[in-house]
Amino acid sequence: MSRNLLEFKGISKNYSGNQVLHDVSFDIRPGEIHALIGENGAGKSTLMNILFGMPVIHTTGGYEGEIELNGEKVEAKSPFEAMALGIGMVHQEFMLIPGFTIAENIKLNREIEKNNVKNKITSTLFGRRMKTLDFKKMNKDARIALDKLDMSIEEFTLVKGLPIGYMQFVEIAREIDKTELKLLVLDEPTAVLTESEAESLLQAMRNISKRGIAIIFISHRLNEITAVADRVTILRDGEFVITKDVKDTNALEIAEYMVGRQVSIERTSTEAREISDEIKLSVKDLHVAMPNERVKGVSFDVRKGEIFGIGGLAGQGKLGIANGIMGMYEARGNITIDDESLPLNDTRKVLDSGLAFVSEDRKEVGLLVEKAIDYNIMFTAMNIKSEFLNVFKMTDKKKIRRNARKMIDMLDIRCTSERQHTGRLSGGNQQKVCVARALTQKPTILFVSEPTRGIDIGAKKLILDLLLELSRDKGMTIVMTSSELAELCSICDRIAVICEGQVAGILPPDASPTKFGLLMSGIKDLEGGKHD
Amino acid sequence: MTELAQERFSLLSLFKKIPFSTRVVGGLYLAVLVLGVVFGFSIATLISASLHFFGVWAIFALANVPSIQSGTGPNFALPIGIVNGLLAMVLVLAAGFTGIWFIIVSSVTALVFGSLSGYLYGRLMNAVKGSEMAIAPYTGFAITAAFGLVWLAIPINHPNMVFFLGDGLRHQIPLDYFGANFILAEFLYFEVFGLEVRTGELLVVFVACLLMYLFFRTKAGIAISAVGRNPLFAKATGINVDRSRVIANMMSTAIAAFGVIVYAQGFGFIQLYDFPMFMAFPAIAGILVGGASKQRANVTNVVVGTFVFQGLIAIVLPVFSRALAGTDVAGVVNQIRMVVQNGIILYALAQMSKGGK
Repeated sequence: MSRNLLEFKGISKNYSGNQVLHDVSFDIRPGEIHALIGENGAGKSTLMNILFGMPVIHTTGGYEGEIELNGEKVEAKSPFEAMALGIGMVHQEFMLIPGFTIAENIKLNREIEKNNVKNKITSTLFGRRMKTLDFKKMNKDARIALDKLDMSIEEFTLVKGLPIGYMQFVEIAREIDKTELKLLVLDEPTAVLTESEAESLLQAMRNISKRGIAIIFISHRLNEITAVADRVTILRDGEFVITKDVKDTNALEIAEYMVGRQVSIERTSTEAREISDEIKLSVKDLHVAMPNERVKGVSFDVRKGEIFGIGGLAGQGKLGIANGIMGMYEARGNITIDDESLPLNDTRKVLDSGLAFVSEDRKEVGLLVEKAIDYNIMFTAMNIKSEFLNVFKMTDKKKIRRNARKMIDMLDIRCTSERQHTGRLSGGNQQKVCVARALTQKPTILFVSEPTRGIDIGAKKLILDLLLELSRDKGMTIVMTSSELAELCSICDRIAVICEGQVAGILPPDASPTKFGLLMSGIKDLEGGKHD
Repeated sequence: MTELAQERFSLLSLFKKIPFSTRVVGGLYLAVLVLGVVFGFSIATLISASLHFFGVWAIFALANVPSIQSGTGPNFALPIGIVNGLLAMVLVLAAGFTGIWFIIVSSVTALVFGSLSGYLYGRLMNAVKGSEMAIAPYTGFAITAAFGLVWLAIPINHPNMVFFLGDGLRHQIPLDYFGANFILAEFLYFEVFGLEVRTGELLVVFVACLLMYLFFRTKAGIAISAVGRNPLFAKATGINVDRSRVIANMMSTAIAAFGVIVYAQGFGFIQLYDFPMFMAFPAIAGILVGGASKQRANVTNVVVGTFVFQGLIAIVLPVFSRALAGTDVAGVVNQIRMVVQNGIILYALAQMSKGGK
């Protein structure tokens, strides 16, 4: 009776009090390509984890709501159960064995056994696991699956050494070889592909859907969605926004739904600030080898006293920029500060040049969690400027405490005393300690990455106000990297959007959400799209 | 009443602060001490023996502090430092120094040799980051074996140092021929109620520990401990991680080289050839018993751990010899000592990642 293959009904999920999905309901029809889009943290992955019965869901208390498959309530307790229900998934990381052939990989754990006398004897003696395999039949099946994808490659080729695009196809072939497959989830399948590979993948998706297999297509690339999907569902901050037929909408509209109205943090002053034309920091052709955040040739200038924002989706390289300049990851390119060239890959010299860095990774990079607040705060200044030392070149506890108390007052760090271990502080207060350390260093340029990640809204406001104050009153040049567009727009003077390791565009903070959304999805200039 | 309760409470909380491994080995130590008294030893005799072992071993345990703090882990390659110390002593003896001058000149030489070898060893540890604890013990074994050849081939022919027949240095070189035995042990030596106090030795240990404590308050020391706790944090604050690790291993190796001089004068002879091979393990067990982990160590761990562990080893042999005298199993006393020593080493290594908790 139901013409829907799959229905999500009021799905909610929270991870220890943090609501990541709230009452999400939508449906998937048989044989359609259904795009799922949303910013990082919108809840796409969590939703797919629920569908696929990933253990992380059940170990954190399960979820609320129901999933119906062909009108029947289902609840996959493990990925195996999900597979038995006819749900297949191709992950972003490939799960292939390099030393096996394509056919062996496709048939992995679903091997076809020979049914001859010898096998009957051995299996009675030693059990099923000792049966020999029917490679001919396996290769034939693999061939069929590959043909469905228009893959001409020989099924007995080893996976080792295949181009990445081919591996992706092998993963998909493995899923569609399962005869019972009804629904295939592709999680950002084109992210690792070249343009032509992506094009043939889209074609393959059309072929698969023609055979009646529905596809949930997760992607950030709007042009791919409009090219291939039948319908698109947009999630934002864990909530369902809308499902639309793709033919009734366009990339502009999707981008706007995705980014949404940013009302949470208001910009205090609307008029643009007066900023000198003097260029403080100039970045030219920066490449950074940060895993998952690769930077591939970024150039921009930051003016003196400016707050420069760097935005973009996760994995696109925005975090790599600050980390590369600070020497945390291998980098090359030309950086100048006040027209003086900055040596790369030498953190010490970078710090000496007056740069300070608040890392996005508070616990791993930003803090010594087993040490006290005052110790953390003085650390960089002590190390690079030999401050806080007494005549014997040993740490001067009095000076350290005095400075810590000053910072605790100034930044309103909530703690029992300056001797409290930073590991015991809340996220917001930990962040303030990181900022305090950077300020103790008295930098001329401050890099802050994800300054408000994982901290509550009140603390967020405080940190953003503080950055604004530093820039306004102390003339500090600030480069702020953030996944949250709203906070970038609230304090930055200009915002660079990074996509695929490059600057997609630089926008003023009052540009429309649509423009940001388009740049994040890699559309630099939409033809026919009217910009306001 | 309430005051008493409070006092009990604070004593209990104090007891809880003692690392578990220290309580275990400390308890064993007390048990053997009591057993010794039951079998007629005076408590002063037993504690004197413990203090003696503590004095000669503490420097070796102390050598592990910088390497642990820098994240390289306990210095399983302690034999590298030890052979350097041995070489320094042999050369200084051959050059004719005796008495207190032997101690002074060989100490300076040992520290120089130790630092140089420690530099190379530190470079090696940086090259094998992640598998330090697999490589280090075998580096120590290899160096010990290589120096076996050095002792044979070294062109020294002082009659009191070489084999009676043929070439090469002896396995044991008695220091009393050179007036160089017990130099530190007898410095300001005194006895009180039968307790023998080797003041010079203990003074050296105290000063070395104090210097180590002060070092970890300096910029270089803080940099080393930051590297060990969180290399990424250290890198982000402008510390040269590799350089800090090299400095730590230079210190560790140099201290071990000095340690063997204290050890040799304490027993009265220099031991060569296979002697350094297994010296690292008891030293490391000492600091671990004191509550150190593979990433955290301080001077208190060294003092407390070495005292209970080496103290126990020192009294196990005499106490059990007397306890088992006349029985069928009297011959296995030395085996018992070996079981206790290696059992505790095994326990300490197994506890290493937890830091004695």
